[in-house]
Amino acid sequence: MFDQLSQRLGKVLKQVRGQARLSEANIKETLKEVKKALLEADVALPVVKKFLEQVRKRAVGREVMESLTPGQVLIKVVQEELVHVMGDENQGLNLATSPPAVILMSGLQGSGKTTTTAKLAHWLQEREKKKVLLVSCDIYRPAAIEQLQTLAEQIQASFFSSQTTDKPVDIAKNAVDFAKKQFIDVVMIDTAGRLHIDQEMMSEIKNIHKAVAPIETLFVVDSMTGQDAVHAAKAFHDSLAFTGVVLTKTDGDARGGAALSVRQVTGQPIKFLGIGEKIDAIEAFHPDRFASRILGMGDIVGLVEEVQRKVDKEKAEKIARKIQKGKGFDLNDFREQLLQISKMGGMAGLMDKMPGMSEIPDAVKNQANDKEVGKLIAMINAMTPQERIFPAIIKGSRKKRIALGSGTQIQDVNKLLKQFKQMQKMVKQVSKKGMGNMLRGMKGRMSQGMPF
Amino acid sequence: MFGLSKNNPKPSLLQKLQQGLQRTRHHFSDLFTGKAIDDDLLEELETQLIMADVGIELSQSIIENLETQINQGKIKDSSQLSEALQQQLVAILDASAKPLLIPKKPRPYVVLMVGINGAGKTTTIGKLANQWQATHSVLLAAGDTFRAAAVEQLQVWGNRLSVPVIAQQTGADSASVIYDAYSSAQAKAIDIVLADTAGRLHTQNNLMAELQKVKRVLSKISPEAPHQTLLVIDGGTGQNALVQAKQFHQDIGLTGIVLTKLDGTAKGGIVFAIAQQLALPIYYIGIGEGVEDLRPFEPQAFVSALFEPAVTE
Repeated sequence: MFDQLSQRLGKVLKQVRGQARLSEANIKETLKEVKKALLEADVALPVVKKFLEQVRKRAVGREVMESLTPGQVLIKVVQEELVHVMGDENQGLNLATSPPAVILMSGLQGSGKTTTTAKLAHWLQEREKKKVLLVSCDIYRPAAIEQLQTLAEQIQASFFSSQTTDKPVDIAKNAVDFAKKQFIDVVMIDTAGRLHIDQEMMSEIKNIHKAVAPIETLFVVDSMTGQDAVHAAKAFHDSLAFTGVVLTKTDGDARGGAALSVRQVTGQPIKFLGIGEKIDAIEAFHPDRFASRILGMGDIVGLVEEVQRKVDKEKAEKIARKIQKGKGFDLNDFREQLLQISKMGGMAGLMDKMPGMSEIPDAVKNQANDKEVGKLIAMINAMTPQERIFPAIIKGSRKKRIALGSGTQIQDVNKLLKQFKQMQKMVKQVSKKGMGNMLRGMKGRMSQGMPF
Repeated sequence: MFGLSKNNPKPSLLQKLQQGLQRTRHHFSDLFTGKAIDDDLLEELETQLIMADVGIELSQSIIENLETQINQGKIKDSSQLSEALQQQLVAILDASAKPLLIPKKPRPYVVLMVGINGAGKTTTIGKLANQWQATHSVLLAAGDTFRAAAVEQLQVWGNRLSVPVIAQQTGADSASVIYDAYSSAQAKAIDIVLADTAGRLHTQNNLMAELQKVKRVLSKISPEAPHQTLLVIDGGTGQNALVQAKQFHQDIGLTGIVLTKLDGTAKGGIVFAIAQQLALPIYYIGIGEGVEDLRPFEPQAFVSALFEPAVTE
């Protein structure tokens, strides 16, 4: 996601970069392009206008005059302003209350409330070590309660059961009472999707809000939402005074302008992003990364964090120790690395976060697909332990066997061996000369068709 | 929801639609009355179009078109401007306004519902089943084997409408469930199979491949099946709806579109671009939670609703 906006802004800003000097007139022209880009990204028109006005004010005058290149300044102003509008820094959940901390979920139909409820509960259990109780007040949508129950079982959270004949307010109150007795840390209340103009349903959720006094009320909004995001967000905020926003389905290719709209019109921070189908596919929202992503600078910080979290530290250390001891990097280690790449959401997931990736054509990106990684792993799997440690012994008939065993071609095996050799060389450099050289070495090799 | 608990229907697009043409004139005159044709008025129109999710490019081209007509002297006053704008907008949609008619043959007639997560596929299936049940025998296929309790959700609809549901457990192969449903409908001489599928983002290649498999498996029974492949789009979706429609169409070949959730303040203006670029029929719009709140798409009324104020402030 945000890729297309990145592309678009990338193009626009390149025009600016090419100009020797930024005059009032060509700021105007460029801002028009930025406006178009933001509108194509579904940022609501009033929000766009306000944003551009802020950018214009900051771009014209002092900051432009003092700059080294005008393009840098404009990129910086647009980026800074984007970060600023989106809330400057990440804001986490506020759970500082006498337990149980109650989190109320709200939003339109189909925005992803139930899935987000379960993902957040999982996140709270895993990261914050909280004891979480889930409860559904959605007595309307068929099987909504069952959906949350199934998810609760999946993540092994407590579930407070409710019936479609119960009153939503009672369900919520009873769940909180129950949580108090059971020493539960956090109660997450899922609610039915509702339209912001549906007065009856809005007063229902208002009553739930009043009855359980949640410390966090989250507004869940689909990142693909169009111009109407401002109306829905404003109405929900007027009714519930929500404390945060969760932006869902950001693993798609929508440009995600709704984030800007919702933030600006309600003043409430976006706290989380839904990033996929799996239960752990949720991450903290960082305005600076988000803005960098929009501007095509890549999400380096996010990448580093994700690597830290997902990469099995122990295995990585084992490889490191082995290398330090002077023993070579073998195909077993290569296999571990490949497995870790696929753990981190595969090549696609990694590439999305790297800077400049938005300028690489999709066709090229698709070549480095996860199938390739899978293929490499399959080939190594088809090798004997001896072959994995001493790849030099892999000659004609062994190659044939490995190709057969992994459902690949001999050429693939050759390619793997060649890539492995390059990798080995690089690792040797690291153990000799340290990290700096490795990065330099990589630069040269990346273009030679390494899969990563 | 779904007319279960709410007896007093709120003012919705339903009423707007019922008033149809009459209201159209009214809205447009509101917007134009007593106004001179100038840049302000044109900019206001462009704003309205953009705010309705028509998209910046199309909105600009529509306005440019009007400007040309003004410069050529074809539009002289605001009422002519209003007329020309309506005509232009309706013309874009007209070709897409086709009713979905179930032909006498073949039997069973298979309708496959696809779309991204939360678009309203299952609810639309419930509404369609309710409509078609009046004249045909209907069977539901619980092809969403991924999302928790999706099978149960469809089963609730089945019970509510007394329509049989073919289902397997969550995690089963979607294609095999739908294949079973098709065979079962054949054996029982049922007219229509309505097949649900899991919501999926159009960017997920593996999930799109799964839909291709569903189509492939169905075509083994009959080369023409599925006879309809309908994309369900959330009416609140912005410019990405066009990307979705293009990708689904490219990957699995769509035969029509259902636009849901138009009972809020979202205008669904992205359908103009979809209609223009993909020329797919827009069969239905969803305008409420009641089981009857699925209406044929009417360009006139749709264009009218586009210019209604989003919020009564």
